[in-house]
Amino acid sequence: MREIEYNEVVDAVKNIILHCGTDLPQDTYDALKEAMENEKSPVAKEVIRQILENADIAKDEKRPLCQDTGLAVFFVKVGEDVKIKGGLLKDAINEGTAKGYEEGYLRASTCEPFSRANLKDTVGYNLPAIIHFDLVEGDKIDIEYAAKGGGSENVSRAKVFPPAAGKEGVIEFVKEVISDAGGNPCPPITVGVGIGGTFEKACISSKHALFRDIGSVNPDPEMAELEQIMLDEINKLGIGAMGMGGTKTALAVHIEANPCHIASLPVSVNVQCHSSRHTHITI
Amino acid sequence: MAQYTLTTPLTSEDTKKLKAGDTVLLNGVIYTARDAAHKRLVELLEKGEELPFDLEGSVIYFVGPTPPKPGDPIGSAGPTTSYRMDSYSPTMLKHGSKGMIGKGKRNQAVKDACVKYDGIYFGATGGAGALLGKKITSAEVIAYPELGPEAVRKITVKDFPVTVINDTYGNDLYQMGREQYEEK
Repeated sequence: MREIEYNEVVDAVKNIILHCGTDLPQDTYDALKEAMENEKSPVAKEVIRQILENADIAKDEKRPLCQDTGLAVFFVKVGEDVKIKGGLLKDAINEGTAKGYEEGYLRASTCEPFSRANLKDTVGYNLPAIIHFDLVEGDKIDIEYAAKGGGSENVSRAKVFPPAAGKEGVIEFVKEVISDAGGNPCPPITVGVGIGGTFEKACISSKHALFRDIGSVNPDPEMAELEQIMLDEINKLGIGAMGMGGTKTALAVHIEANPCHIASLPVSVNVQCHSSRHTHITI
Repeated sequence: MAQYTLTTPLTSEDTKKLKAGDTVLLNGVIYTARDAAHKRLVELLEKGEELPFDLEGSVIYFVGPTPPKPGDPIGSAGPTTSYRMDSYSPTMLKHGSKGMIGKGKRNQAVKDACVKYDGIYFGATGGAGALLGKKITSAEVIAYPELGPEAVRKITVKDFPVTVINDTYGNDLYQMGREQYEEK
C-alpha cells in the first residue's frame, strides 16, 4: 500500500487551480487561433482576437482569464493500493481548492441556492468543490480539474428520449440547446454530450466529455463521426463568437456514450465557454 | 460599421448616432451593478428616493470582478450575462441612464426601452476579463459593500472596447449577425 501525504495533495490541487486561473491550456489556445483564421465575419474575428490577447495578458501578468473563475470541478480516480496519510482525500482536495482560489485572487462564487449568501466565510473560499470519485487499479491518484463558469452552465440541458428518437433526435436536441443559448455561453464553445446510461450518468458523462483535449479524436469511430456531424450543424447556426454572427460557434463536440436501459435514451448537453480551463495531474 | 470614441455621461446626441455593429471606445466614469444591486436601485427609484449616484447619462456595467491584487484598482472584470437584468433595465433607462454594458441577448422590453429613452446596449467580450480589467484605471465601492463582487462600484475606464448590440432604432446585432451567417 502506497502512502501519500495529505499536504502533498493539498499543494498539488492548489497549484493546478492557480495555473488554470491564468493560463489557458494550449489545446484551447490553438483551437481559438485556428477559429480566428477561418472565421468569415470580421466582427467575430475581432472578438476572437480579443480573446487571444486576453489569454496572453492573463498568462504574462498572472491575472485571472475571466472574472468568473468558476466552481472547481474534479474527476478523481483513486488507485485501490493508495492511502492518504494525515487526513481524507476529499478534505485535501477541498483545502487545496480554497487555498488556490484565495491565494490566486480568484473569485469566491459559491452561495446558498435561495438566500444567495456567499459561502466563503462559512463553508470556505469557493467551497465546496464538486468532486466525482472513481476507484481504479493501482497505487496512484489521477486528478482531472476544470474551472466551470456559470454562463455556460446556465444553458446546459438534459432530457430522456424514447429509444425511437435515435441519432436524429439526439442531433436535433443538441442543435436546439445551442441555438436557444445564442451568445450567452460565450462562444466559441465546446459542447459535451452524454448519451445513454441513466439520467444522472448522462449528465456526468457530458461534463466529463468537456475535460477531453480539443482536437483529440474520439476512439469510437461511430461517435467520432457523430461529433463531426453535430459540429458542422452547430456551426451552420451562424451564432459566431459572443453571438455577434459568424461561422465559428463551436470549437469541438465531445461525446461520451454509455449502455442504457432498453426503454430509454438519455441525453445531456453540457456547454463550456471559450475559456476552457482544464488540466490533469497524476500523483 | 463605424468606430467612435465617447466620453460619459452620454447624451441622446451621442447615442442616436450609434448603430448596431458599431464599435466604441468608452472613456470616463461608469457604474457597476449586477442583479442584486439592480433590485435595490430599482426599489429606490420606485419609492422616489435618491440613488447612490447620478443616473442622468450614466452607463451601467454588468460585472462582478475578481478581488484586486495589491496595487491594482480592480481584478479581472469582463461582462456577465445580461438577461438577468432585463426586468430592471427599462426602469433605469426611464430615469435617465443611457447605456448598459454586458453580454448576451436582451428581451423585447429592454430593446423597446432603448428606442423610447435613447439608450444603448453595448456588448463587451465575455471571458476577456484580464484585458478589460486593465482598461479600468480606478475603482471605488460606493454602495452595498455587503454584496461583495456584486457591490456598486464607481469606475473610470480608458478606451474600454465595446460593440453596439441594441441601438436607439430597434436594431439587434445578435439577430442581424446570425441571419447573415446562418446556413439553412
